[in-house]
Parts: sequence; structure tokens; C-alpha cells
Amino acid sequence: MKIVVPIKQVPETSNVKMNPETGTMVREGVESIINPLDLYAIETAIRLKEQFGGKIIAISMGPGSALEAIKEAVAMGCDDGVLLSDGKFAGSDTWATSYVLANGIKKLGEYDIVICGERATDGDTAQVGPGIASFLDLPLSTFTSEILSVKDGRIKVKRLVEGGYEEIEMTLPATMTVVKEISDPRLPTLRGKLKAKKIEIPVWGLQHIAVKEENVGLKGSPTRVVKIFTPKVARQGEKIAVRDEETLNEAVDKIMDFLIKKEFI
Amino acid sequence: MGEVWTLAEYRFGKLSSVSFELLNRGKSLAQKLNAPLASIILGFAIKDEDINELIARGADKVYVVDDKNLENFLVESYAKVLIELVNEYKPDILLAAATTTGRTLMPYVAVRIRTGLTADCTVLDVEDETGNLLQTRPAIGGNILATIKTPNTRPQMATVRPHSMKPALPEKGRSGEVIRKKYDDSTFKTKSKYLRFIKDESQQVTVQDAKIIVAGGKGVGKAENFAIIDKLAELLGGAVGASRDVVDRGWKSYPHQIGLSGKTVSPALYIAAGISGAVQHIAGMQTSENIIAINKDPDAQIFHLADLGIVGDLNEILPILIDRIYDYKKREASANV
Repeated sequence: MKIVVPIKQVPETSNVKMNPETGTMVREGVESIINPLDLYAIETAIRLKEQFGGKIIAISMGPGSALEAIKEAVAMGCDDGVLLSDGKFAGSDTWATSYVLANGIKKLGEYDIVICGERATDGDTAQVGPGIASFLDLPLSTFTSEILSVKDGRIKVKRLVEGGYEEIEMTLPATMTVVKEISDPRLPTLRGKLKAKKIEIPVWGLQHIAVKEENVGLKGSPTRVVKIFTPKVARQGEKIAVRDEETLNEAVDKIMDFLIKKEFI
Repeated sequence: MGEVWTLAEYRFGKLSSVSFELLNRGKSLAQKLNAPLASIILGFAIKDEDINELIARGADKVYVVDDKNLENFLVESYAKVLIELVNEYKPDILLAAATTTGRTLMPYVAVRIRTGLTADCTVLDVEDETGNLLQTRPAIGGNILATIKTPNTRPQMATVRPHSMKPALPEKGRSGEVIRKKYDDSTFKTKSKYLRFIKDESQQVTVQDAKIIVAGGKGVGKAENFAIIDKLAELLGGAVGASRDVVDRGWKSYPHQIGLSGKTVSPALYIAAGISGAVQHIAGMQTSENIIAINKDPDAQIFHLADLGIVGDLNEILPILIDRIYDYKKREASANV
């Protein structure tokens, strides 16, 4: 079984800075990590490989530094990786990113499953996984929480939806995005780390994959960022401390007043 | 000027209320653009009263595709039908709810028709000079807001966060046009098959759909204590939320998890009990309209977000609060007899 896992390198979310002029993220000086939600996709792939054998390839689009994310994926248990990197890819929105990744995946040859994280923690769009599926013209299960079976060229999965779960069956090759519930990601092993250290990850640019220049980067992106701003948090911020019975009653009074005033009860 | 379209959600023979929220969004845009407002409804055995409901709540037109193959959501068949409709009628704007359905279908469709899609918007407006749709959305865990437009391609597509707007109310005497479309079997050919839905009984009210969420964190203390959170949520008609700690400890199941690796929510009221407010949790709830925080630690981060903060033990406070709400409701009920 050949499994492809598209991953993204993202900044540690706790200290993100924006350039107010360009509306883009300041990446310098911010620690970069594998998108935490992609770890569940990698783990899912590793478990499928453990069960059925095969090969896992991590693929990413990003700057040269994203090689680190791919190496980390290898350290966790992916067999190989490829980085799609080209100055012309810069500024791609979700349409153009899905396009580049889908074409990178096509170049990898035959595959059975493409497994993505639910969304990246920086962009929060959750659009690239379904976008890749659409470009590849493949069936798709989003918000996948369990793989029920893989046999006879079909995969049966459970997906988390409003109010419960849905079970669907897809013919292979298929794509899916997974949620945290599907697995607990393992830590990189020592052997994996050694392998990651030595591995040569190929870097493919525009000329290596069959993409049209007018479809990538800012130029190929249908959306434009008009502006970026910081949300105003206008909270009254009243705070009271419970110390004894009297303040306890006072606190409950306050909550009651709040609920009544705002018509929650 | 092309039409403004909103995608109604029809599940288990019922329109979901996000369909009406979208109509409210669509209405103000259609007014500004002086364009007709239409709803799309895809499903099976769609009732006339539901179609009329969309008209009463603001749709000038309703496009209906009623087919056995659309009884349950599969992205491949839904996408094919929606693409057919878009190619035939060429709307200017296409809005869907940022539900599991909308967030799956819309990117699949946007890729095929080569247009822009903006995810999980909380504010929509029209750019004065150009008439372009201005789509504002939180990103990076709600730390920033970005306004995005699709200047050169149509339709301009967006998914809209549930509960970021009130549902449009029905008006008596409104009339509208109903356009029924049929497609042949090749449209419904898919490489996937829907098997079944399994209801999660612990999600009486799901966190994505809830107006009120009562969420518990590590401060709840132990699994048994969570009953108090469940009880308060039930009394308020809300959903039960949980922090990552709570889910990792197995006190609550994953569908309840709020935050970076769980759900992002914007209810009208979020009560955070025993939640310290780690960045990852805050990312999932900071756009809530009202926030009440209860925590023993006076320095807990959650208090920075709270409209009302109570420094104290939730296990002491909530039982009294529950009694008081119960009494209040009883009094109100008898006063209204």
C-alpha cells in the first residue's frame, strides 16, 4: 500500500507576528513545527503501513526550511519525502496550493491513499485536503475519526459530523482528512531520527511538476488578502473572588444577573 | 448582476437553522448589490413546506434538486450537482455554512470551477467601488482577522461560521419562484457509498450548533464531577464542551473538545469552568459573544477574555447556581400561568 501524507510547516501558534504592511506572516525568529494536526495523519499512515505493509511519502509545499518538517515526518516513520519549493509558488492561496500539491502527488506515481490533517493551525481553512481530492478527482472523507476496514480495493471509514458519526465506503485510491480522535501520534524513534539525518529529500520546483505558471503563486490565486488586523476584544472584564459564604452568594448573584440581563434564562 | 446564492442544509428530512442564518447574510448582501437572493436545496423527498419556509425567510428563488441519490451527503455527487447549477445560472456569490458539509463541499467545488473560496467567515460585506464581496475571517487561532476578496472570478464563494448571525425570520405573504432541476444518473456516479449515520447520544446538543456552551476543564477535578457541567448545560439548553486535558483523561469524548485540535465555536454564551485558558483552548472559543469564567486560580489566562470572571471553586459555585436557575425558572413559569 502506498500512502501519501501532505504536511505543512507552521509557526508555533503561541507567538505569531504579522507584517501589517504586507499582511503576511513574519516567519523570521519564530520556531517552525509540523502542523500539529498533521501528526494524526502521519500516525494514521504509519498504522496502515504496519497492518498492510507498503510505503509512506510525506509531501509538502513551502520554503526550503520546510525540509525540516519532512525530516521530522521521516523520523516519526515516513519512508520518504518530497518538498515542492519554488519562488513562483509564494503567495499561493488554498486553490493554488491544492493545485501544486495535487500535481506533486501525481508525479509520485501510483498511490492508494492520501491522508491529510484536518486543517493547518495557521491558516485554519481546512480547504487544501478537499482541494487536493478535487484536483485528483478522488473520493473524499473529511473529519475521519476511524478506519473501519481496508479490503478488496475499498476503504470503510467513520467520519465525525454534527450530532454523531457517518460511515462511508470509498474505492481506492481515496483521500481523507483526519481528526485527532483517529490516533495518538507517536514520538520519533532514535532509528527514525538517524534515518532523517541521512535522508536526501528531493526538492521539486515549477519545472519538475506539470503545473502552469499562471496557476500558481499570487498570480494563480483567485483570492486576495485585502487587509489583516487584530481583533478588538471588548470585554468588560468584571472579576470577583469567592472567599466566604457571603462572596459566594454574591458571585452566584452576579452570574444570575448576567444570565437574566442577556436573556439566557 | 448575478444572483446571491445560499446553500440550505437539508438533513434527515429537515432544514437546519444554519440555512436561515445564511439567508440573513444573503439578504443584506443582495440588498446592497440590488441582486436577487436564491437558496439552493439538495436532498430527497424535500417537503414543499420547507421550500416555502426558505421563501418566507427571504429567498426570492429556490433551486430544488430532489433525488434519491442526494438523500445523504456524499461530496462527489453533491459537488457535481452544485457545479451544474453554478455553470447554468452563474451566480455572483455562493455562501454555505461552515459545517462539516459546507467545509467539505465548497472547496471541492471551488477547485473545479476555478474560483476563490474563503473559509469560516464571520463578517461579510460589499466593497463600495467594485461591488466585490469582502470576506472577513479569523485565522491563526483567532489571533488575527483577515479580510479577503475574490476580484476576478465568479462566483465569490465563502463558508460562514454557524451562529455568527441570527436566522432570518419568516415574513407572511412573501412569494418566490421555485426552480426544480433533474439530472441523469451519470451525475450521481460516485466512487464512494454512504453506509449509515450513528447518533452520538452524548451530543444531545452539539457544540457546533449550540447557542450556549458550558465547558469544563481540569479544574472539574474528576470524571464524576462532570455531571455538574452536564446538568448546567442541560438546564440552559446548551451543549457540553471540554478542554483537551479533559478529553485526554477520558472524562469526556472527543466530539466535545473545544480548541486547536478540537472544534472552533462562537456561541452566544460560553461558560468556562475550571479551564485555565491555554492558548490552544482560547483559539477555539475566543470569538464567543459572551464569556463567563470560573476558576480557582486568580491569574488564570481565561479571565483576560471573560466578561464575568469568578475566582472560586466551580464545585462549590455551580450547585448553588443550578438551584438558583431552577428556582428562577419555576417562578417565571408560575408567573406566566
